[in-house]
Amino acid sequence: MSEVIVITSGKGGVGKTTTSANVGTGLAMLNKKVVLIDTDIGLRNLDVVLGLENRIVYNLVDVVEGNCKVSQALIKDKKYPNLFLLPSAQTRDKTSVSPEQMKKLTDELRNDFDYILLDCPAGIEQGFKNAIAGADRALVVTTPEVSAIRDADRIIGLLAANELKQTDLIINRLRMDMVKRGDMMNVEDVCEILAIPLIGVVPDDEQIVVSTNQGEPLVGSNALAGQAYMNICHRVLGEEVEFLDLDKKEGVFSKLAKIFK
Amino acid sequence: MSLMDFFKKKSSGDIAKDRLKLLLVSDRSNCSPELMEKIKNDIIEVISKYMEIDADGLDISITQTESDSNNGSVPALYANIPIKEMHHDSKKN
Repeated sequence: MSEVIVITSGKGGVGKTTTSANVGTGLAMLNKKVVLIDTDIGLRNLDVVLGLENRIVYNLVDVVEGNCKVSQALIKDKKYPNLFLLPSAQTRDKTSVSPEQMKKLTDELRNDFDYILLDCPAGIEQGFKNAIAGADRALVVTTPEVSAIRDADRIIGLLAANELKQTDLIINRLRMDMVKRGDMMNVEDVCEILAIPLIGVVPDDEQIVVSTNQGEPLVGSNALAGQAYMNICHRVLGEEVEFLDLDKKEGVFSKLAKIFK
Repeated sequence: MSLMDFFKKKSSGDIAKDRLKLLLVSDRSNCSPELMEKIKNDIIEVISKYMEIDADGLDISITQTESDSNNGSVPALYANIPIKEMHHDSKKN
């Protein structure tokens, strides 16, 4: 049975698009048929993070307005044949699509895909309402900062009011060095405050910037953030996976390996 | 830990957590400043029947308090009302 998952956060810049790209790609690596939908109309980005920006012909608004068939707008990933992107429109705005149209679209896609992931825009206005309209469950992304957590709490309230079946938390950009100094809230603090189930903790990792530069998601790689994203994918599938030890000291061997990379 | 750390009261992470907890209680309670002002004025009116209070020094807010209910804590209306003088004659009423 297929599942529609919205990736949302309230606040901008906490890593929704990066999370969408990595979880989508990870699920495809685990042999699921996945479509990623960029619902951020006017501020299209998911295509760039996935490295598919040169292949766009049609977009989400074209599909909704009936200018093309869904299958014509879907872009197949470079590496994974069961991963697809439905890009957003860059020259339109959020009101070009309605929640009813989004629900119809996601319901249609259920026939062909195991997972339909929606990358939600920041904010709680029309774009958010569009993105959650057809969703069964949500992944709420936050960073361990006051403003991001406050917005996440608001989003969690709105998701509950819209009766989503399941809402899980991803804590992104955790810096263990700062947590150890007491200068960043730790995972337990954030979970206590937001009071929803934790599905993943992603450390702040330079490799994320590198992978975005290259347009290739980090998931599945040996980088700590890559492992963290893969673990999230397994948990999305309902498997029990232990949380990573983010405090692990780097061994001499891996340091050496990095030098010779 | 350096000597300076020893004298520091609280880490910034703890400060963030405490600030957030308070912030979310008022966010979640959905109490607008106008509503709080109305409550405040009504409290002043009622208490003033019995004692003279310092209306400017009155402070009300929504905070969290321990409770035996499921989650361990519930929102509470906190009011700090400085009394200027007790009206002793009101006791007769």
